[in-house]
Amino acid sequence: MAQTEAELLDNPVAGHPTLILRSPDFHAITEVVAGPVEGPTPIGWWLLFLPSLALLGLLGVAVSWLFWEGIGVWGLNVPVGWAWDITNFVFWVGIGHAGTLISAILFLFRQTWRTSINRAAEAMTIFAVMCALTFPGIHVGRVWVAYWMFPLPNQMSMWPNFRSPLLWDVFAVSVYGTVSALFWYVGLIPDLAMMRDRAKTRTRRLVYGIFALGWRGSVRQWHHYESAYLVLAALATPLVLSVHSVVSMDFATSVLPGWHATIFPPYFVAGAIFSGFAMVLTLMVICRVAFHLEHIITLRHFDYMAKIMLVTGTMVGFAYATEFFTAWYSGNPYEIFTFLNRAGGPYAWAYWTMISCNVISPQIFWFKKARTSIPILFLMSIVINIGMWFERFVIIVTSLHRDFLPSAWGYFTPTIWDVSCLLGSFGLFFTMFCLFVRFLPMVATAEVKTVLPQADPHWQPGPERAIRDRGAAPPSRGTHTPAPEGAA
Amino acid sequence: MPLDSLRSLVAGPLLLNQLPKGPHYGILAEFATPADLYHACQRVRDAGFTRWDAHTPFPVHGLEGAMGLRRSPLPWIVLVMGLTGAALGFLLQWWVHVKAYPLVISGKPFNSWPAFIPITFEVGVLFAALGAVLGMLGLNRLPMHHHPLFRSRVFERVTDDAFFISIESWDPRFDSSATRKLLESLGARSVELLES
Repeated sequence: MAQTEAELLDNPVAGHPTLILRSPDFHAITEVVAGPVEGPTPIGWWLLFLPSLALLGLLGVAVSWLFWEGIGVWGLNVPVGWAWDITNFVFWVGIGHAGTLISAILFLFRQTWRTSINRAAEAMTIFAVMCALTFPGIHVGRVWVAYWMFPLPNQMSMWPNFRSPLLWDVFAVSVYGTVSALFWYVGLIPDLAMMRDRAKTRTRRLVYGIFALGWRGSVRQWHHYESAYLVLAALATPLVLSVHSVVSMDFATSVLPGWHATIFPPYFVAGAIFSGFAMVLTLMVICRVAFHLEHIITLRHFDYMAKIMLVTGTMVGFAYATEFFTAWYSGNPYEIFTFLNRAGGPYAWAYWTMISCNVISPQIFWFKKARTSIPILFLMSIVINIGMWFERFVIIVTSLHRDFLPSAWGYFTPTIWDVSCLLGSFGLFFTMFCLFVRFLPMVATAEVKTVLPQADPHWQPGPERAIRDRGAAPPSRGTHTPAPEGAA
Repeated sequence: MPLDSLRSLVAGPLLLNQLPKGPHYGILAEFATPADLYHACQRVRDAGFTRWDAHTPFPVHGLEGAMGLRRSPLPWIVLVMGLTGAALGFLLQWWVHVKAYPLVISGKPFNSWPAFIPITFEVGVLFAALGAVLGMLGLNRLPMHHHPLFRSRVFERVTDDAFFISIESWDPRFDSSATRKLLESLGARSVELLES
């Protein structure tokens, strides 16, 4: 190749950035996406899957012990009644948000670069919501009455309190999980049909065929399909903003200094997108390397994601500063104390971990070299997620541990079961993700094909194409023929 | 006349999706590129065919226009479903707090509607999304796991890199030899008569 991938980033052809490198034809896209699903299981997959499965087993043990023994196996106690469980809940819900941002909001803004990563990001959303829903489910204490959270007719004639943000949360997160799964499945239908049509064995043909619903790529079907997809994107966009706003209201509607802040909804949404993009980046770097998708998930995609992380990271930094300003400006001694205690009290280590990971370190993304360096991106994606986990920990625990009466002050220390639940939730997440990349096409092939230049019915091979192809491999199959003359 | 057009609006989509009776389902023609398919669709549309379809591995921009399709009615289904969901969501909360289980909580009135807005919104979105997905499947007559087109070997590439036009044999303008000639003259790579 005459040009490196990084150089190609600087050379978009007059307003048409090349999203997919090496100018593949439609069949090459099908092959590169369907190939890993159909081929033998690579050893690397087992190397990721087995540890994930082990961690999932750990979650099973930790949750069983929790159910058997009670909430006391965790380190939380008065005054810290919410600790790692709700930290993990908010952390995982936030992770999911980048998936919806990529699949819905960037779709509405016609950001075609999303096509390479949206399928995997949506899958990530669903698995993250699964992890998130685990925690409120298991921290209620008496799990056998967890159904009290839902408005179900019961023998006590009692109903939940719809004025409570906690109940809003039940609705918001479960609707979010459902709509995300619907959106993901609708996107998958054409690709499931692709897997059905390529299937070599009867079982594969049957299983993919059942879920493909008999899709036959008809334009009359695409017509309604595209309308449905657009509507779902338009619904998911306000939904995702409402979900993390509602999550933040779990805190903001309380009277606790450190929680009772009107900035919480936008601040939480920005943080959610920030951490979610970091998780997308972690997963995409692994997938790109493991499945040789360098020409589909390009450095351009990483460059864009790094810019979004720079913006959202700076937004959360601004929110941290605003919280301090508001505490000082309020003149309320409890507010002022809470924030001084946050930055200089017993949990100062957690606060400064958060600041270094979330505000200081993402500033490296001002430099293009950092935005297009895979090792730096991968490292930063992990650093940011550590920082974002600490953000939730700082908000929840530091606000609780020193409340209004000094005689009630305490210090939260996690137990081995807290740690097991957190690690176990990563096990659940990565187990699901491994199964997803093994059995389903992880790139939305039908969408990637639409961003190839030859997908446009008015495209003709011309000099512009020659420039774009310079230094790239020639198409592997000759399906490009010019449109017939005068047939307009 | 308005009655007629109303009838065609209602009956048209239903008839289009019924499978034809007879020995042949229709003709399937393969085209090499989206551009070829686009121009062929315009010609088939202008030739006055009504019971026909194009098949592509991905949504080709502008092909609905080339085929002369009407706007999808799906957004209306979604609107109705969304409003229904929101109304039901609000009604549930109102009924619980005003009728079924009236309790004074934090000094608020029973019908404290501002606190009911988040769940009203969420249930509305849920119903609208279900309306979008189920409405799309309904309009597309899916699931439909058996279809005469699946008998064609070349049609397996419809989800990969091939572009097709299928004209059903019960189209009033269908004639197995003339229609075949038309499709060949439009630059079809291969033309196939499909059994039903």
